[in-house]
Amino acid sequence: MALSIQRLAHQMLENNKDMANTVIIGLQPRGIFLSDRIVAALKEIIPNHPFHYGKLDITFYRDDVRKTLHIANETDIPFSIEGKSVILVDDVLYTGRTIRAALDALLDFGRPSKVSLCVLIDRRFSRELPIQPDYAGKAIDTIFTDKVKVNWKEKDEKDEVVLV
Amino acid sequence: MKLSTKHLLGIKDLNAADIQLILSTAGQFKEVLQRPVKKVPSLRDVTIVNLFYENSTRTRMSFELAERRLSADVLNFTASSSSAAKGETLLDTVNNILSMKVDLVVMRHSASGAPHFLAKHIPAAIVNAGDGINEHPTQALLDAFSMQEKTGRIEGLKVAIIGDIMHSRVALSNMYLLKKMGAEIMVVGPPTLIPKYLEEALGVRVTYNVQEALQWCDVANVLRIQLERQNQPLFSSLREYNLAYGIKQKMLDKLNKEIVIMHPGPINRGVELDSDVADGPHSIILNQVENGVAVRMAALYLLAGRSDEN
Repeated sequence: MALSIQRLAHQMLENNKDMANTVIIGLQPRGIFLSDRIVAALKEIIPNHPFHYGKLDITFYRDDVRKTLHIANETDIPFSIEGKSVILVDDVLYTGRTIRAALDALLDFGRPSKVSLCVLIDRRFSRELPIQPDYAGKAIDTIFTDKVKVNWKEKDEKDEVVLV
Repeated sequence: MKLSTKHLLGIKDLNAADIQLILSTAGQFKEVLQRPVKKVPSLRDVTIVNLFYENSTRTRMSFELAERRLSADVLNFTASSSSAAKGETLLDTVNNILSMKVDLVVMRHSASGAPHFLAKHIPAAIVNAGDGINEHPTQALLDAFSMQEKTGRIEGLKVAIIGDIMHSRVALSNMYLLKKMGAEIMVVGPPTLIPKYLEEALGVRVTYNVQEALQWCDVANVLRIQLERQNQPLFSSLREYNLAYGIKQKMLDKLNKEIVIMHPGPINRGVELDSDVADGPHSIILNQVENGVAVRMAALYLLAGRSDEN
């Protein structure tokens, strides 16, 4: 997993020559473990660069409020995203519905010049919306009864990806 | 996590976890209200009617704004301009409105228990926006949110509730809430405006001396004298009330400590609160109004999340 995160950080640097205009936004609740690691990796590669890093909660933008009630987490975007290139970061890309909600939420903060998507695990062939990642740690093929969970040392004691 | 109740009829029916859930969700909505676009699509398939059988400025506008910020569809009903004036009963009015497919009813009524009566007879979720001299739960929640925001805590906080305790639904809801969240409470007012067995019934301290209460408390919640609910004279004059129980700047100057002054509005300036206090540095009255929208968004959001259950 550490190698994948290193690779994702390097790919971001390749694609965004001028990181000054790039902001990284982790999605609550579980995407921020990945975004924390990616930002740490980027800071190691270019130590003196001031990275813009925010956290976005999409609870209030979900399309299933009446079915299941979700509890909101903190949103913290202490800078303008107007005209910036935004990289959204989440742990697993599955149906694409979370990212759809994240795009709606993000656009309420301003008009970025570009939005791209970075995920650790891309569950291919299970999309319900036309959304694809720009950076993926690993692509896996699963059926819809599977559940893929990424565990993080910070929260779950161990870094691992499990199929349950 | 979800609320333990389907309706928000009073703080009495909530437990500490419910209150904590509403307050923390309100914190997230407060952040939404600082964004360039202060609106989220959460309740866009929810229709809410505001049923106001009694006058209101702050509460009605605050609810309506909260509903619109959540993208709900909003219907407004004011008793004075409706068929209620032609003699239609409360239940008939509400059933007619519900047949237009309304999910949530926000209701203010001058009769205590009116929302509880509705909750028994109709399928929609009810939010009590003040019923007679009973409860005003969202006011107590926004007061708690404001206290927590200003002082960092509720548990262990010393809160004085000053004024017309007898006729105040804000006082009752505040007492229930603060008790459940572990704050200490002292109520202050003329003996004629404090119910007789309050001390035993709710476990609050009672005093008739304002300066003593101000000296003791961290937060003073000053209430309006509810002249419209007093059908007999309970103190001799407004001027005398002000002399004995009004909060004046020089009383605060004597304290030599930090104090927070709150008031649910509308203020009778120069009666329970002098203007220099209401507009002074200790007052968080306008923060209370601002927080009201976030707190009501939280309550509506959490209730709508269970509005499909019966």
